[in-house]
Amino acid sequence: MTSSALALGNVLAAESGGGDGFQAPGLGEFYPEVVASFSLFGIAFEITRITIILWVATLALIAFLVATVRKPSIVPGKLQFVGESGYSLVRDGIARDVVGPKGLPFAPFLASLFFFILANNLMAIIPFAQISPMSKFAFPLVLAAICWVMYIWIGIREQGAGKYFKDILFLPGVPKPMYVLVTPIEILQNFVVRPFTLAVRLFANMFAGHMLLVVFSLGAVYLFQVGNYSMIFGPISALMAIVMTFFELLVIFLQAYVFTVLMGTYLNGSIEAEH
Amino acid sequence: MSILAAESANPLLPPLGEIIIGLIAFAIVLFVMFKFVAPRFEQVFRARREAIEGGIERAEAMQAEAQASLEQYRAQLAEARTEAAQIRDQARAEGQQILEELRAQAQQESARIVARGEEQLAASRQQVLNELRGHIGSLAVDLAGRVVGESLEDDARRRGTVDRFLDQLDGMAAGSPDGRTGSSVYAPEGNR
Repeated sequence: MTSSALALGNVLAAESGGGDGFQAPGLGEFYPEVVASFSLFGIAFEITRITIILWVATLALIAFLVATVRKPSIVPGKLQFVGESGYSLVRDGIARDVVGPKGLPFAPFLASLFFFILANNLMAIIPFAQISPMSKFAFPLVLAAICWVMYIWIGIREQGAGKYFKDILFLPGVPKPMYVLVTPIEILQNFVVRPFTLAVRLFANMFAGHMLLVVFSLGAVYLFQVGNYSMIFGPISALMAIVMTFFELLVIFLQAYVFTVLMGTYLNGSIEAEH
Repeated sequence: MSILAAESANPLLPPLGEIIIGLIAFAIVLFVMFKFVAPRFEQVFRARREAIEGGIERAEAMQAEAQASLEQYRAQLAEARTEAAQIRDQARAEGQQILEELRAQAQQESARIVARGEEQLAASRQQVLNELRGHIGSLAVDLAGRVVGESLEDDARRRGTVDRFLDQLDGMAAGSPDGRTGSSVYAPEGNR
């Protein structure tokens, strides 16, 4: 994964260096210029466009959530209905149905996860922002790390440390010689692959989605400007940009939901000593 | 640290600053969700569920009440029916009784009338007999006196003759107890 991303970056970088042709967007898209930077306890903080978008998304989300519950009523208004639908989707659809009967206390956490990812993802197609903070690996990584700590902690809390780790190391119901094969896979699966895929899935989807939109948008602009027969391909590129925007909308919701559902299944595995 | 070499930066190795910023942003969302949003939503859900359950409960209570009223009405109807049947039976029995009583009374009355009639009949017969006895005696004596031309002075003998005659008459009649008694009473007297 890392090497392929690097290779992609190198290819794009090499192309963009090619003089007066099409300046293909590269990794630079995800490293906009720093607006301000400061250092705190030796840690460098850089405020960039993406950081600002993250804060805008976060504040907008909080404003939206607070507005939906400001005047709660049994018969919901439009705004409350929208907020409630989202919350119910996570509460009933994931916390109760996926996590299980003990899942309702996790509903606020799962809902936060869902709404936070959704709000940030939506920035990918909102004009003037048009990039999701989730296409910066740091943010999905934070969420995945929180989930990782949480489902292990819940597993220890619900089953006890001994039983939780024993069940992972020695999967019940597996013939003894198979442990040679199963145990390393299970360790890898539970402690490395799960959080990594959780983070990378979201990051890669948003990263690729943004790249697609940028390529088609800039391509359309370039084709219109280039001034020769290429012009006829301009509308196609523009159309593709619009189509991909709608596709991106689907991906935005899907990835927010998938991340939350997967966290739900991990929590379910931690709470219920099945396997 | 990666801005200078943006092109060669590894997108999978994020700077620590970004991670911390992401952490803070998510923590704020978590805080708002746990503190304000989720409790309110749960409160709304609970209120809604209670409202629905309350409505159902009210409807159930109403239905139960209607059912109770129906049962009561039916019970009352059945009661009235049994009562009516009872009254009818009682009336019939009473009628029967009255009829019986009347019949008994009538029978008694008729028996009484018959008895009185018989009594009267017997009395008048006795009276007639007595009268006749007196008359016949005097008539016969009168007649015999005239026929014989002699006056029967001896009272006892006269009575004996008359009695004998009457006894003969009684014997001919053969049904009157008085006559027989008379004869049986008389017989020893006659022998004496």
